Amino acid sequence: MNEHAVSQEEALGKVILSARNIAKSFGNVHALKAVNFDVHYGQVTTLFGENGAGKSTLMKILSGVMQPSSGEIVLEGEPVSFSSTTEAQRHGISIIHQELSLAPNLSVRDNVFMGREIVGKGGVDYAEESHQTRQLMEELDEPIDPLTPVEDLRLGQQQIVEIARALSVNSRILIMDEPTSALSASEVEVLFRVIRDLKSRGVSLVYISHHLEEALTITDHAVVLRDGRMTAYAARAEIDLEWIVRNMVGENFDLGSPPEGYAMGDAVLSIEGVTVPDASVPGRAVVDDMSLSVRAGEIVCIYGLMGAGRTELLESVAGRGGMVAGRVLLHGEDISRLSIAERIEKGLVLVPEDRQRDGLVPTMSVGENLSLASIGAFTKGLLTSRGRERHVVGDSISNVHIKTDGPAASIGSLSGGNQQKVVIGKMMATHPRVVLLDEPSRGIDIGAKAEVFRLLSEGAAQQGLAVVFSTSEVGECLSIAHRIVVMSRGRIAAEFGADATKEEIMAASGEAVVA
Amino acid sequence: MSDVSQDNDNERGKLFGGDFDIKRVLLEGRAFFALIAIIVIFSILSPVYFSTSNFLTMSSHVAIFGLLSLGMLLVILTGGIDLSVGSTLGLAGVFAGFLMQGVSFEILGVVFYPPVWVVVILTCGLGALVGAINGVLIAYFKVPAFVATLGLLYVARGVALLMTDGLTFNNLGGSPELGNTGFDWLGFNRLLGIPVGVLILAAVAIVGILLLARTPFGRWVYSTGGNARAAELSGVPVKRVQVLVYVISGICAAIAGLVLSSQLTSAGPTAGTTYELTAIAGVVIGGAALTGGRGNVRGTLLGAFVIGFLSDGLVIIGVSSYWQTVFTGAVIILAVLLNSIQYSGQKKQQASSDGKTTSPQPEGATERSPASGSTAGNAGTQS
Ligand SMILES: Nc1ncnc2c1ncn2[C@@H]1O[C@H](COP(=O)(O)OP(=O)(O)OP(=O)(O)O)[C@@H](O)[C@H]1O
Ligand SMILES: [Mg+2]
Repeated sequence: MNEHAVSQEEALGKVILSARNIAKSFGNVHALKAVNFDVHYGQVTTLFGENGAGKSTLMKILSGVMQPSSGEIVLEGEPVSFSSTTEAQRHGISIIHQELSLAPNLSVRDNVFMGREIVGKGGVDYAEESHQTRQLMEELDEPIDPLTPVEDLRLGQQQIVEIARALSVNSRILIMDEPTSALSASEVEVLFRVIRDLKSRGVSLVYISHHLEEALTITDHAVVLRDGRMTAYAARAEIDLEWIVRNMVGENFDLGSPPEGYAMGDAVLSIEGVTVPDASVPGRAVVDDMSLSVRAGEIVCIYGLMGAGRTELLESVAGRGGMVAGRVLLHGEDISRLSIAERIEKGLVLVPEDRQRDGLVPTMSVGENLSLASIGAFTKGLLTSRGRERHVVGDSISNVHIKTDGPAASIGSLSGGNQQKVVIGKMMATHPRVVLLDEPSRGIDIGAKAEVFRLLSEGAAQQGLAVVFSTSEVGECLSIAHRIVVMSRGRIAAEFGADATKEEIMAASGEAVVA
Repeated sequence: MSDVSQDNDNERGKLFGGDFDIKRVLLEGRAFFALIAIIVIFSILSPVYFSTSNFLTMSSHVAIFGLLSLGMLLVILTGGIDLSVGSTLGLAGVFAGFLMQGVSFEILGVVFYPPVWVVVILTCGLGALVGAINGVLIAYFKVPAFVATLGLLYVARGVALLMTDGLTFNNLGGSPELGNTGFDWLGFNRLLGIPVGVLILAAVAIVGILLLARTPFGRWVYSTGGNARAAELSGVPVKRVQVLVYVISGICAAIAGLVLSSQLTSAGPTAGTTYELTAIAGVVIGGAALTGGRGNVRGTLLGAFVIGFLSDGLVIIGVSSYWQTVFTGAVIILAVLLNSIQYSGQKKQQASSDGKTTSPQPEGATERSPASGSTAGNAGTQS
């Protein structure tokens, strides 16, 4: 036992897995150009980089999802090549994907053990699987019943199931590609506790996140990728946030401040007593008699933990249904009975939280996705005009800075963050008066986040756009928002002006209590 | 990870005409090459196959499947399926035949003989009604498309049998005194030497192409099949789109019913039995994905021609009808096989082929495409 501990001590920090001169091209897109990357034994190596820098691509290569165009992978001194994820798993490498890869119709248990079912004497040993799943979920502080179908879980919980699945493999090297993009601060804390635990058991981790501060608290080594090249490496002790941002984007980005110097208009959006019942718990409401009014040119941030009812509120206001009481007024007109299409027509749009499920049409090209919500703008008589559509699409691509091969590229060829920008660009192309954004910064890098916020604050200042966005990152609330509304258990727990402090906001959301 | 990279190949092919790849052309144009192959093979086997008159005859058979397939295409693009088109075809034929015999209003004691154009409109209306029932059941009552249209398959056939007591209307000619002649012009006659049914198919196809490629409705159809939730949040009236595609499918089936009874100069209640399967086969051979969101009119027309020319060819060279069934089935399976290669295989292909090309040069721009099409191409040449 003692001997083991000593050898472990020695090995700590040694390179266990390394990528040598890895290049990867997709047609004309050179996603990776001769990248070297090391994974250290029993430590966390974090990969930083802008959207489309090639982070996910590199991780997919290390975990056998894709094969490199050139270069080699060295595992404990031996060159290896993985033709599939199963082969990589046999070598002890597993990955948590950026985009969730769960089967929504199956239960939590079946998802955790998908492809690796525990077979007992009389077929699959469901009891044992349930037992292990329950243990894993408890370890992750999310005691969901193993038999709950995954589609009934909210996004954050699904992400936790994805994490549980990766943990259940007991791998030596665990890659996490943006595991926290849908998690609340307290859930992130739990994950970090698990990561520390894994480290102490000698598991080596690779971590990717756009939440830079958060990532810094857990990492031992930082690597920055930029345009498919590794541009910087440093051990944790030598770096700070500023170093990362500088190496990632070349300059320091500020998320901005509330736009000023103009008069706000009258209330454009008024929500009065909106109530949405909880589908799974009768008698409980996820949105409980909420009222909120937003003026033209005003930016409101809704802060809250996962499950506070933000998504349900925004979806019901946008017309997704579920509302049993209350009214939604747009320019004083009651729009509660209108369809989603009619609300978009009147200038109220929603950028949904889950881009895979609610935002993108995977069979359509980038251009067709971008123009989907504004077809009317390029229809003359009965037919659509291709010239005008190109125009609409071209504008969107440049307005939200989408990094793509062109409008004809497929959605799947974009990096996660760029997919998110497509969803935002699509809704902005309808020239809305009121825009609701549910976690708009999910998976986008700091530069892009600043761009999106700049776009919103310009819209507010110049066109009197009313903006409501939700977030679970306090820092984002304290950027461009004029007003911060904290939601907890379906109600408004507190309201602050732009001068609030992080602590005030977090305390009001009930975060302090949970954590 | 999203898995739609396969589309990228097509797109890139268009964008960068430079990396032209014969195997991919074979795969994408498979229905076209299959059609050429069928024509060549049967022309060798039978001297009568390759002649204008035979092509016209075969085309008028294709017209029926083609019309059904075009309606089916819209439904399949939204991710649905319409099993009721064969029965709707039969019902429409019988209904038209019934109108041609004259409708007697007993209270008034008169028999009313509607002119042919009224018959056409009423019959199309009946097809639309069947489609609307399908669509409403599926979109608003959440009945699975397979089940709803299976139900209508039985109901429509049953009504057709009830209307005629199982008998066939043979007198569709009308008479000049009653002012209801002209039924022949729906399929039996020729215009400039071309069977009218073929012209009707061409007209419907042109409308279909415009509808899908150039109207908002077309975009709605593709997005509904690609991701209905995302489409809905983008303001697409998903439910209305679903109802409309079944209505259009029903109208197409009704038109096919009119054309068929005109061609046969009779309308029987069992006409069109199992045609729904042929229609689905045509759509699938034409490259559409049964999961929705992918497919086009050109491919579907080719698919209908492949099926039609193949089965007529087999008849001409005298293959037994049992073998005809076997051959048709084999062609369908082959087509679906090629579909899965195109829609999912390419992704794996791309991954493994990149692994093989471990050349030191990082410019992988052109390496991937030839390799990614290889298996696909081989399979393509078999058909
Ligand atoms: N299957 C594919 N086909 C074509 N291009 C692709 C494909 N997958 C990735 N790319 C391209 O490779 C580049 C790197 O993408 P990758 O997903 O690795 O970025 P990322 O660093 O993970 O970004 P993000 O932070 O947005 O997730 C992007 O330009 C992307 O468009
Ligand atoms: Mg990524």
